[in-house]
Amino acid sequence: MTPARFAYARPATLDAALDMLAREEEATPLAGGQSLVPMMAMRVARPALLVDLNALPGLDAIEATPGVLRIGALARHAAVLDHELVAAEAPLLALALREVAHPAIRNRGTLGGSLCLADPAAELPACMVALDATLVLASAARGERRVAARDFFAGLYATARRADELLLRAEIPRAPGWSPWFEEVARRRGDYAIAGLAVMARREAGRIAALRLAFCGVEAAPRRLPEVEAAVIEGRDAAALLPGLLAPLGSAEAPAAYRLHLAQLLLRRATEHAHAAA
Amino acid sequence: MLPPDEPLAEIACRVNGRAVRGRAALRQTLVEWLRADLGLTGSHVGCAHGVCGACHVRLDGAVVRGCLVLAAQADGATVETIEAAGGPEEAALRDAFVAHAGLQCGFCTPGMILQAAELLQRNPAPSREAIRDALSGNYCRCTGYHAIVDAVEAAARALRGPAATA
Repeated sequence: MTPARFAYARPATLDAALDMLAREEEATPLAGGQSLVPMMAMRVARPALLVDLNALPGLDAIEATPGVLRIGALARHAAVLDHELVAAEAPLLALALREVAHPAIRNRGTLGGSLCLADPAAELPACMVALDATLVLASAARGERRVAARDFFAGLYATARRADELLLRAEIPRAPGWSPWFEEVARRRGDYAIAGLAVMARREAGRIAALRLAFCGVEAAPRRLPEVEAAVIEGRDAAALLPGLLAPLGSAEAPAAYRLHLAQLLLRRATEHAHAAA
Repeated sequence: MLPPDEPLAEIACRVNGRAVRGRAALRQTLVEWLRADLGLTGSHVGCAHGVCGACHVRLDGAVVRGCLVLAAQADGATVETIEAAGGPEEAALRDAFVAHAGLQCGFCTPGMILQAAELLQRNPAPSREAIRDALSGNYCRCTGYHAIVDAVEAAARALRGPAATA
């Protein structure tokens, strides 16, 4: 369980970190390390240079502007889970983070690390899509760039982040009147989800006026499903649409048909909740 | 053993209240360095990839997996291991683990104590469900967990004082 050799740098400024990523092709940013370090231990990951982000000042800030809640990429899961602003402005994240791993992992793992790894079973990417968040990236060559979360997750462990870019923060629109729902099915407490569902719904005059949803663990990457969202809003049988729309992942532990079954189950629960609350 | 030409990192940190300067291989994890170089063998290496929780240490006050932090990352940090974990929570947990047979082989116990102490600092009266939730990332292959949950519950009661035990 010893990783392959690597070089290590812990830059003290964002500019220095971005320079390193621009110069060294096989540089890998190290945030919380809760996935990267075990991947290195198993030699699934073999970075030439680890750029440790943990000394970068201010990258873990959580703050609200008039329009958005900003969460820095280096914010630890435990800090996000416990933060008053998150409870007030993006309670979906608090619901989902309770399902993310275990306390010691949440003490170290970061929002940005989870989003940039883009594990298909991870909760936070699906939440960012359901929250309609914007992800802010930076590089030495091109400065800052903003990508909608729905365009960021490109497939299995694949995102729109380029090798010379760092994720700086997520910007989540403050959404008074919207309420969250999150549930997942996992083998054991804290395990990655076999299937999970993040939903944001807005109610008006006793009915659902708008809704956004994204699954985790079901497909290669989280995405919006407009036909399904419309069916939920209109009270049609949305779960019946899923077999024709989803391309569920298969594995020995959870075959594709089982993931589809769980996706339908979760969608029915979410729909029932949304209509009952409206 | 790592080869003699292994690239090293210089580390200056505080470990269990003492200033420590040393060197670690870049690819050595914090728990390996604490055990091999500093002789602090209370944190155990179980799975070595972040699953079992036997390697827990406190890093800048937060309980973390010692196998998922590089030793080089401890430079400038404050580290606390089970050897120095002497707060009221740990003392109560030690007594309760013994009284309730919350351990058999003891391999997982240091990690369990540190994680349970963090729980009790945040929540002095956790339900059994909350205890199981907090310890969900700490594997025990002997006890079946019931006795461990009993022990944490008893430690919480003891810390809350005589009124809570009535």
